Amino acid sequence: MPLKTEESTSGHKPGSIEEHENVIIRFAGDSGDGMQVTGSMFTHNAALLGNDISTLPDFPAEIRAPAGTLPGVSGFQLNFSSFDIKTPGDAPEVLVAMNPAALKVNLGDLTQGGMIVLNSDAFGGNNLKKAGYAVDPREDNSLAGYQVVQVPVSTLTVLAVKPTGIGQKDAARCKNMFALGLMFWVYDRSMESTMRAIREKFGKKPEIAEANILAMQAGYNYADTVEIVPNQIRVSKAVLPRGTYKMIMGNEATALGFIAASKLSGRPLFYGSYPITPASDILHELSRHKDFGVYTFQAEDEIAAIGAVIGAAFGGALGLTGTSGPGIALKSEALGLAVMTELPLVVVNVQRGGPSTGLPTKTEQADLLQAMFGRNGECPLCIVAPCTPGDCFTMAIEAARIALTHMVPVILLSDGYLANGAEPWSIPRVESLPKISVKFATDPATYKPYKRDPETLARPWASPGTPGLEHRIGGIEKEEVTGNVSYDPENHEKMVKVRAEKVARIANDIPPIEVVGDPQGGDILVIGWGSTYGAIDQAVGRVRRRGGRVSAAHLRYLNPFPNNLGDVLSRFEKVLVPEMNMGQLRLLLRDRYLVNAIGLNKIQGQPFKIKEIEKKIEELL
Amino acid sequence: MSDTKNSLSLGDSPLLSPVQASGPAAVLPEPKDSFTYTKQDFTSDQIVRWCPGCGDYSILAQMQKVMPGICARHKIPRENVVFISGIGCSSRFPYYMNTYGFHSIHGRAPTFATGLKTTRPELQVWVMTGDGDGLSIGGNHLIHALRRNIDLKIVLFNNRIYGLTKGQYSPTSELGKKTKSSPVGTVEQPINPLLIALAAEATFVARTLDTDTKHLQEILERTADHKGSAFVEVYQNCNIFNDGAFESFADIAVRKDKTVILEHGKPIVFGKERNRGIRLRGLKAEVVEFTAGAPPADLLVHDESAEDPTLAYLLTHLNEPEFPVPLGVFRSERRETYDELVQKQIKTAMAKPGAGNLQALIASGDTWTVE
Repeated sequence: MPLKTEESTSGHKPGSIEEHENVIIRFAGDSGDGMQVTGSMFTHNAALLGNDISTLPDFPAEIRAPAGTLPGVSGFQLNFSSFDIKTPGDAPEVLVAMNPAALKVNLGDLTQGGMIVLNSDAFGGNNLKKAGYAVDPREDNSLAGYQVVQVPVSTLTVLAVKPTGIGQKDAARCKNMFALGLMFWVYDRSMESTMRAIREKFGKKPEIAEANILAMQAGYNYADTVEIVPNQIRVSKAVLPRGTYKMIMGNEATALGFIAASKLSGRPLFYGSYPITPASDILHELSRHKDFGVYTFQAEDEIAAIGAVIGAAFGGALGLTGTSGPGIALKSEALGLAVMTELPLVVVNVQRGGPSTGLPTKTEQADLLQAMFGRNGECPLCIVAPCTPGDCFTMAIEAARIALTHMVPVILLSDGYLANGAEPWSIPRVESLPKISVKFATDPATYKPYKRDPETLARPWASPGTPGLEHRIGGIEKEEVTGNVSYDPENHEKMVKVRAEKVARIANDIPPIEVVGDPQGGDILVIGWGSTYGAIDQAVGRVRRRGGRVSAAHLRYLNPFPNNLGDVLSRFEKVLVPEMNMGQLRLLLRDRYLVNAIGLNKIQGQPFKIKEIEKKIEELL
Repeated sequence: MSDTKNSLSLGDSPLLSPVQASGPAAVLPEPKDSFTYTKQDFTSDQIVRWCPGCGDYSILAQMQKVMPGICARHKIPRENVVFISGIGCSSRFPYYMNTYGFHSIHGRAPTFATGLKTTRPELQVWVMTGDGDGLSIGGNHLIHALRRNIDLKIVLFNNRIYGLTKGQYSPTSELGKKTKSSPVGTVEQPINPLLIALAAEATFVARTLDTDTKHLQEILERTADHKGSAFVEVYQNCNIFNDGAFESFADIAVRKDKTVILEHGKPIVFGKERNRGIRLRGLKAEVVEFTAGAPPADLLVHDESAEDPTLAYLLTHLNEPEFPVPLGVFRSERRETYDELVQKQIKTAMAKPGAGNLQALIASGDTWTVE
């Protein structure tokens, strides 16, 4: 939305500049076109210029699907703003399409009247055919109603980088930076930080760095010279709370959170993992931080990963494994052992579309019931879920804190949307982080392997190397107190109940759920968990501004639920549960609180749009 | 941004030293420097529940006998010894050792041991497994533990049968074996466990017999002394479901003629009269007879630390009835272990200036400040 028009003060060229509150851009091209890099660099630049940002990378599972085809299209959506956003935006108003396939895949999402920037060089005969266009869409009126800007990006890029003398292939690969330069001019951005980032990225290949910079500058200058849009657009700095910020992605925040938890607890972090999309970046990140005493173990399979973690936890480390749904399925038996042996460890599930291999690079929330119940026997454990990329840091620390103080496995349910999404993150002071107090048993006179803390019911942690506490644990049912193998019927029932009670009592150690809106009650409560937070918050905000008596609450603790949840639910006429699954939280709420919860369910591998939730609320009011 | 003063230091805890809590837990006493244990010190208070007559009893007894010597020789206290197992008869072993123990899940014992040994290199970690546990459901983990050369002592009880599930054939059961699940005989080629170990380039590969208690003790001692992944196959009789599986060569009456004890640096000689040996003809082994005390000069001389594992490979193929069954150490070489290499990387990283500064880490990268 244009707010006002003013004279350009950018110093590039006199012209007029429109002020916008926010802009949603989508970069799209072949998997090999570097669209993720382009989007990330624009995001990084916007964050450093003080905008609020939210991103949605959307790419195929194949590394390089055949060039020019529809399955090979990779996209990156970015919302940057001068106010608090929280979602990557419902619909892009600008589409940068590097080839016909990218245009075809993304056109339907573009807002009416939006701008399309096309790489006209890529609209040759074969590419049109590969994208399934019988007729060139530029000529059949199908783009009427949009503002189409055609730029021969490939040709101009090759010409621009000629002075560096790099090969034809490398030269052509710089075209994404040319497109980035075009967009930087349109949005009146300084390119300084991006030049720095390019030089860092290609540190070992200075000629490639220079070529990319030349391409970007050429894009900028071309846009300026031909004035590809009549008015440049400016998005001012966002008003964020005071603090020092950086751009952070969910997986990165998760990794940093566990390093912090290791420091806060004084326990070394052992991360065992098998590469899997979309969790692998946690392994990459943690493996870089050996200076924090972090152990990373790339296991031979998912089972070995959690096995090693349980072994490390037995030895007194903060045990952590990370995976996605299929990996959790493989880890289930070992998770049962961790529940039985009551050792502290954390399992990160960066959820993706399922079942089976499903949609490896797309997001979903369909592993909640797997986390709750997906093991043999009565096998309760604790479940927490971050709600934004930055919140992954906080909830990683929480997961570790609960595991270490309650002697219980904890599952942290992230998802692909959080993992790869980015937002500005207010960097916390280390002193403000929670302390995690860890106790080890050391006294042979009083030690019993399954003698419990009367308050938390946690059993003592006695690690090998402690004299006089030699003991054996394992997966066979334990006799209470002694931990000896026991097949006694009554002991088994007692142990099943005490393991459940131990998890239930974690509720006394977590914050109550907060209601945003009318805490005393109202017509509708929209309750969600995980990455739906941004869309729910924005949708509820919009309806409230129109006078609707709707409130929002977001669960970051899923097992156990916060103690006040039943009370909160009972204060509202209707409870709406938007989820990226068939209604898994809804099932739990209905079971636990006998509440007539209504579902809004989307299972498309894509996050909710604000308007989808808004529409449902309107229907229910 | 940097704030080393207020950030907790991990320097004293990352398991390079014994376990230490950051909280109020007491500091552990200094480890003793003399380790005078008896067999009794390694005997737990649990009732041993194997079937009477099972070969496992012998393995347990020999282990309990050799542990005092191992602790004294390696100057490790009993609390630094850990036994980890999977599932199966053999995997009940840790319950009967008065050490730290972990009875884990089927086939996965090497994984638990890997996490423990990596983070706690000062511990002596044993993996007790069986032919089903280690070679069937857990074959993958066994291979990877061996190829990583992590300092684990892996003892595989091979009874060529599934005992705890009551008598199905195992991956080491001989071709054509009739069992509950193969009433007309198996059609599967058995695995030779030592070949798997050699293929994974294990740095210590040995074989022994449950009933030869002296040799069993010797091999357990050698296993404990080896630095790196040590793999021992113990032929173990299951007197309920596969009785007499090894008697054709293990029976005391024929043992000297039907087995050969491998000794490093010595010609490979066997027989009650010590009058037979193994010789190579090209790449094929053959048995040669000679007058006792006068072995021919071209007898094969055992070299467990030969540069390449060809000899060990060849020896694993010797089998009855044509050849004696070799027992002893097939291969022993020193290679840097996984845990040593991991610790080296971590120590190097932690010694760098500014290492472990949490505030600096979370504030790293491009930042901006909102006033």
